[in-house]
Amino acid sequence: MHELSLIQALIDMVVKSAIENNIKKVTKVQLVVGEYYGALPETLEFAFAILTEGTVCAGSELAIEKRTLLLKCRECAYEFRPEGYLYSCPNCTAVNAALVKGRELYVDYYEGE
Amino acid sequence: MKVIVGKDLLSANAGQAGENRVLFNNNRVTVINLISAPGSGKTALLEKTAELLRGKLKLGVVVGDLYTTRDAERIERAGVTVVQINTEGVCHLTADMVARALQEVSLDQLNLLFIENVGNLVCPVSFDLGEHAKVALLSVTEGSDKPAKYPGIFREAVATVISKVDLLPYTDFDLPACLEEIQKINSDQQVFITSARTGQDLSHWCAWLEQLAAGKAKGNNLASR
Repeated sequence: MHELSLIQALIDMVVKSAIENNIKKVTKVQLVVGEYYGALPETLEFAFAILTEGTVCAGSELAIEKRTLLLKCRECAYEFRPEGYLYSCPNCTAVNAALVKGRELYVDYYEGE
Repeated sequence: MKVIVGKDLLSANAGQAGENRVLFNNNRVTVINLISAPGSGKTALLEKTAELLRGKLKLGVVVGDLYTTRDAERIERAGVTVVQINTEGVCHLTADMVARALQEVSLDQLNLLFIENVGNLVCPVSFDLGEHAKVALLSVTEGSDKPAKYPGIFREAVATVISKVDLLPYTDFDLPACLEEIQKINSDQQVFITSARTGQDLSHWCAWLEQLAAGKAKGNNLASR
C-alpha cells in the first residue's frame, strides 16, 4: 500500500522536472529500488499506471532497477549478502550487521520529448 | 531527451521530518513513533503510561487513525493532550501529516510526545516523522513469529514492548523463542514484557521513558534511527 505514496512522490518529482525542462510527454522513468524496501515491482507498476493518468507521464514505461542488499558485519567487517531476514554474519555469526547497499530509492532519470 | 534526476523518493518526507525534529529539539520534547499491528494495545499502553507518569512528565499524543476518533477519545480521558490525524485510508503517517497536527499542540508544555502510528507493521517503518525513537509493540495474541515475519520494524526499533502477557496461559505464544528472535534481529534494543491490564513491567517501561525524556532535557540528542 505504501507503494502508492512512493509512486505519487515519484510522479510529483518527474512532473515538476518536466515543466522546468519544457517536456510535454514523458516516455520512460527509470527507478532504482533497494531490496531493503521490499516494494514489489508489480505493485509499483500498478500504482504508476493508475496515478500517471492525466499527467505528462501517462502511458510512459516504468523501468525498475533492483539493488540487492549488501551488509557489513559490525564485529569482523566482513561484507556479505544476507540469507533470509536475520542479517547475521556468515563469517563470525554476529548479528546486527550494518547496511552498506540496498536502501536506495530514487529516480535515476526519465526520458521525454 | 533524457533528464538525470537522482533524487530520493522519500526526500520530501525526509525534509519535513528534519523540520519536525528541529521543532522537537527546540522545545526539548522527546518524541516516540509507536508502531504496531492493529489491535496490539497501543491505546491501552498509552492510557496506562499516562496514568503512571502523571505528575512526572507532561505527555502529549498524536494519534493516527484511518477514520475514527475513538482512540483519541480514550487517551484524552486519561488526561493527556491529544491530536487526532485521520489519514482517510492511508496506511501510514507521513512527516507532513504530523507537522499539521503539531500546529494544534503546545510543544513547549510537553516533555514526551507519542506519535501513535496507524496500525501496520510494514509501511510506517519507511516514513521518518522526525521522532527520536521508534518503539515496536507486539501482543502475545498475534503470535511469537511476528518479529520473523516483519523484521523491518524490529530492526529499527530502539525498544519493543510485548503486550497482553496476562493472556500468555491461553495462547501458544512462545515467549523465550520470541525474545531470542528479537535479540537476533536487533540485539541493541530494550524489551519490556508487559500487561496493561495487570500493570506488569509498566514501571520499567515508564522509568525508561523518564530516562529518555531526561536525556533530552539535558540536551543529549538520541541518534535518530
